[in-house]
Amino acid sequence: MTTAAATDVVMRAVGITKVYGGTHALKGVDFEVRRGMVTVLFGENGAGKSTLMKILSGVETPTSGRLELDGEPVTLRNTVDASNRGIAIIHQELSLAPNLSVRDNIFMGRETTKGGLLVDYKSENAETSRLLEHLEEELSPKTLVADLRLGQQQVVEIARALAGNARVLIMDEPTSALSGSEVEVLFRVIRELTAAGVAIVYISHHLEEALEIADRAVVFRDGALVAEADAADIDIEWIISNMVGRSAEGLAPDLLDEFGEPALELRDITIADPSNPSRLSVDRLSLTVRAGEIVCLYGLMGAGRTELLEALAGRLPIQSGTVTVKGTPIAKQSIAERIQLGLALVPEDRQRDGLVQTMSVGENMSLASLLSYVKRMLLSGKAERTAVDGGVKDVRVKTSSPSASITSLSGGNQQKVVIGKVLLTDPQVLLLDEPSRGIDVGAKAEIFGLMAREARRGLAVLFATSEVGEALTTANRVVVMSKGRIVREIDPRTSNREELMVASGEAVHEADAGHETEGGQR
Amino acid sequence: MTAVDTQTTAPGSPSPGPGRARTGMRSVDIGAVLLEGRAFIALAVLIVVFALLSDSFLSVNNLITMTKHVAYNAILALGMLFVILKGGIDLSVGSTVGLSGIIAGVLLEGLQIESFDVVLYPAVWVVVLASLAIGTLVGFINGILVTRFNVAPFIATLGMLYVARGAALLISNGTTYPRLGGDPALGNTGFGFIGGGRLLGVPNGIWIMIVFALVAMFVLRKTPFGRWVYATGGNERAAELAGVPVRNVKLWVYMISGFCAATAGIILTSELTSAAPQLGESFELNAIAAVVIGGAALTGGRGNVRGVLLGAFVIGFLSDGLVIVGVSTFWQILIKGAVIVLAVMLDQAQQRIQRNKNAALAAASKSAPKKDSDTAVPAP
Repeated sequence: MTTAAATDVVMRAVGITKVYGGTHALKGVDFEVRRGMVTVLFGENGAGKSTLMKILSGVETPTSGRLELDGEPVTLRNTVDASNRGIAIIHQELSLAPNLSVRDNIFMGRETTKGGLLVDYKSENAETSRLLEHLEEELSPKTLVADLRLGQQQVVEIARALAGNARVLIMDEPTSALSGSEVEVLFRVIRELTAAGVAIVYISHHLEEALEIADRAVVFRDGALVAEADAADIDIEWIISNMVGRSAEGLAPDLLDEFGEPALELRDITIADPSNPSRLSVDRLSLTVRAGEIVCLYGLMGAGRTELLEALAGRLPIQSGTVTVKGTPIAKQSIAERIQLGLALVPEDRQRDGLVQTMSVGENMSLASLLSYVKRMLLSGKAERTAVDGGVKDVRVKTSSPSASITSLSGGNQQKVVIGKVLLTDPQVLLLDEPSRGIDVGAKAEIFGLMAREARRGLAVLFATSEVGEALTTANRVVVMSKGRIVREIDPRTSNREELMVASGEAVHEADAGHETEGGQR
Repeated sequence: MTAVDTQTTAPGSPSPGPGRARTGMRSVDIGAVLLEGRAFIALAVLIVVFALLSDSFLSVNNLITMTKHVAYNAILALGMLFVILKGGIDLSVGSTVGLSGIIAGVLLEGLQIESFDVVLYPAVWVVVLASLAIGTLVGFINGILVTRFNVAPFIATLGMLYVARGAALLISNGTTYPRLGGDPALGNTGFGFIGGGRLLGVPNGIWIMIVFALVAMFVLRKTPFGRWVYATGGNERAAELAGVPVRNVKLWVYMISGFCAATAGIILTSELTSAAPQLGESFELNAIAAVVIGGAALTGGRGNVRGVLLGAFVIGFLSDGLVIVGVSTFWQILIKGAVIVLAVMLDQAQQRIQRNKNAALAAASKSAPKKDSDTAVPAP
């Protein structure tokens, strides 16, 4: 991709410092954005990547330091200012209006008009169709965004950034909700954009994926730019060791080889798609997880992993089939009754389903096991405190006090609170949906270490992931799901990335190349 | 465990220094303390200002009278607090005050049963129970509409506002029951004592408010139900997944609100010894205002009994104080509105400060093992 012109610097940040309150988010960072290149920013949460992106796109202004655009000093007062100068950002959090159509979202704030007064819907529709076609997303411009699944919403977000004809395009975690084939399309579009001279700045927690698209890699740690290199010269090890400041060896936790009795048994489970009841999310699936065993559910988005776990926890109804926990059949039990039986879920979306943001660390931790601290109808403050203190220590939450607000914790520590909450219910079977989502490398290792520890204590662990590396290093057995069924079982000790990705329909085997992957996402 | 998890900080990275971070925090803290105590400060300011403007304001008699007025609203607001903590709203409480009063009126003046040609005169305790039951029933219907039929709380309780008022007007045929004193011959005297009587020189209404406040505080702090109310209001999905019986919690908070409204209705009709179907019109707005001034979030999950009491006192003392000082009714209305909006504006400011603080802490907790003494960077 690198051409002679590609070394041109479009945008430069010089000595950027950003201070929030008393903390330095960025400490004198020098950073270059080059024409026709994808610059990928690596770094743990809080390393300063997103802060820098906010400064580049005019969301925030630096405390000190300056920005240059085409060699000229420039001040970006706000995002409109930035977008007028050809700088666009795709935010980490989706910023679409669900009550408006795809078209209205794409043209929000820069509507095409007839005579400056009336919206030119016709040309907007045509332009929207063209963009969606380019992104290989079969959607009508008039579809409401609320009716789209998350991955499609992200595609609309990308289309919106493309519609602005940006020269500098900043993508903050653009693939977090995309399926494998959608990521492929995005990467193709990124290549087309760079070929046309657009400069791309890209942030992702998905290291392998980000490295695949990168022309240049830049690593941030604690608010400083600590390393940069051409993507061709580096590998994942280099990135991780620069991110955490040392080598990432020992990331894989200790796993047991021998297991106990079956703890969770699923027989011919069928679950309807909650958003479209005529469809099945899980189709006659059978699976046994033994005490002490860690089983990984690997698959693309929409493979039915989340639906399976949510149905086991009692949030979605199971249409047919049987579930037993330690020999006890589960059918009509409420969520609370299933928790009593020892079935507990760490949900995928921590903010939406895992935490009560208005409550403290301790109150969140004790929420699921509250009734066990009741003495004579009343909550025993002492019993609750003892349990919470034990939990905080047990899962190693870094907090000033259990009475601190849950929002004062980092993502990794919040996730530990959710896991601690579930562990306080004394579960037999631990269900975790994407337990490492949105947390940094160090915390990830801790979370998987916790999983392994609980397995050694005799819990059966079933977790879902869409990261190949995790699937291969943290489980005794990998079960590959596609379209609601188990398509393959893999022993991670004897398998590799390619085998897993081919099985899930994520990567197509060279022999039968084609677009068969499309169906795998639903 | 593993090598990676033991420390995520880079040992050699420069530290901004804990002292600096703390001074930055302290200047914020003074403002935060003022903001947090704003309802209390507002009440103190009101008392001082009115005391300066009027000699009689601080007399024991006047304070008792004003507190008696505060009591009705405070009892309504305590019920409202449960609903608002859960993330709902109850617009029907004013009408419930009217309806429960009318029920008391009908029963005390004699219940005609035409087919048997008799008139029933139930005992006062039966009257009170029936009245409370009606109020709780209104709450129950609200709760069923919200939990089983997924009607938005605003709409469900708006509907019940009309239904309950209409029922009160129908039952009474639009007229007032003027004689609630009862007749010794019928054995139904004593209703007037509930709201009109005093214990140790303090009106019963005030005692009832105190009891209700203590019970509410106790329930919210010391029972699983109380915690569930906060959790449901804070994040319903997360609460549900943690095994909280979210539907029952919702049903109960509306019933509590209805019960409180009926209590206020009984106290008021008892004190007036007459029951009018119009009683309690727009009371719901004063109750909501008290809860909001007390720092509760209409989005749910945040608020407490102390704040609600302060809010009720601010509203009550403000209204009565303005009357005593002789400010025109029209100005009173305007001032009350301004106070409510100001309260919410200050609340927003406090929330913003808290959010920023938490964001800074979140960043610090990532890299620092205990206090914010190590390298601290805000989360992206």
